[in-house]
Amino acid sequence: MYRIDFNKLRFLVCDDNAHMRRILRTLLHSFGAREVYESEDGATALEMFSHYVPDIVITDWSMPIFDGLELAQMIRQPEANGNPYAPIIMLTGHSEKRRVTMARDAGVTEFLVKPISAKALYQRIMNVVANPRPFIKTKNYFGPDRRRNASSSHVGPERRVGGQMEVMQQPSLIDKARIPG
Amino acid sequence: MAKAKPPTVQIKAFSDHHVITQPNPLRNVVRYVDNDDEDDPVARAEQALADLSGEFDNWMVAECERLAAAYTAMTDSQFSAASRDELFRAAHDIKGEAATFGYPTAAAAAESLCRIIEHAPSLAAVPGDLVKHHIDAIQAIVREQNSIQRMGVAGELSKRLRNVADEYLTAVNQDRPEHLEAVLAPSIVPGD
Repeated sequence: MYRIDFNKLRFLVCDDNAHMRRILRTLLHSFGAREVYESEDGATALEMFSHYVPDIVITDWSMPIFDGLELAQMIRQPEANGNPYAPIIMLTGHSEKRRVTMARDAGVTEFLVKPISAKALYQRIMNVVANPRPFIKTKNYFGPDRRRNASSSHVGPERRVGGQMEVMQQPSLIDKARIPG
Repeated sequence: MAKAKPPTVQIKAFSDHHVITQPNPLRNVVRYVDNDDEDDPVARAEQALADLSGEFDNWMVAECERLAAAYTAMTDSQFSAASRDELFRAAHDIKGEAATFGYPTAAAAAESLCRIIEHAPSLAAVPGDLVKHHIDAIQAIVREQNSIQRMGVAGELSKRLRNVADEYLTAVNQDRPEHLEAVLAPSIVPGD
């Protein structure tokens, strides 16, 4: 079986709620992480993202002024400072399908619905570490490949042309969100 | 890991998109261990969370106080957008955290309150009792956890609040299809 050397990973946690930050910090340190940087709003998180260059970002959605969705959109700027390919795990109380779709379209890598559990968080981290997806750049999207299976049933106007080789065999973000944290 | 030299990025161009693949920059973080390896990071984290749980009751009380203060601020400010947003965040935090803190029925009542704030056409027009009853219920569930949880009252209280809230939201959103669809959509999380 595979394990993650958490002591080699640098995390940025963004949540406006101090209790949730404490829980996340506790879980990550227990996994073995040493470098866990914390922010209570999206703007500060973006500054810390550029400064510390974290390997993985874990962010809440609902925050004052500059929320987690906007943070994801700012990180996923191909020309921006920092690492625009950094995995982003959205950890949120939102559990509606349209929210998952919005997060996916903002470039979020993994979606985790609160309440949080150690197991679900570990699994999401393992997935972004061990199974990174290719990135797709279109005129209006830059982020991890949103195709998670080989289905060709989607006939909408945004279906991109060609590139079958990059289709990933993974559960969709919505399927993953169905599993509570 | 973060200081490692960035790996080479491969870019394949198609007619309307590019596929960008980089060698996994975190590949050195994963290692193989024998199946009989006794180190279990998840169990370790669960134990750490259990060790922290002595704080949860006080945290839940603090979250309830924040919710009540947000409601007072909202009514005092004549339902300003900023105060409405703070009420939503306070309720939404309880929705996300209360189950972890041992108060799952408070989370359910908080979710119902979030739906009212998010989908009511005007929060000022929502019957005052509806919002207040949600806040009172969340506080009562936390305050009287041992007694009402044991009697099964907390779950029934949350369920009834949700039914009343959904009935109201369905009625007032008949001309707002996107909100009506969201109100009537089943949760993607099983058991909700």
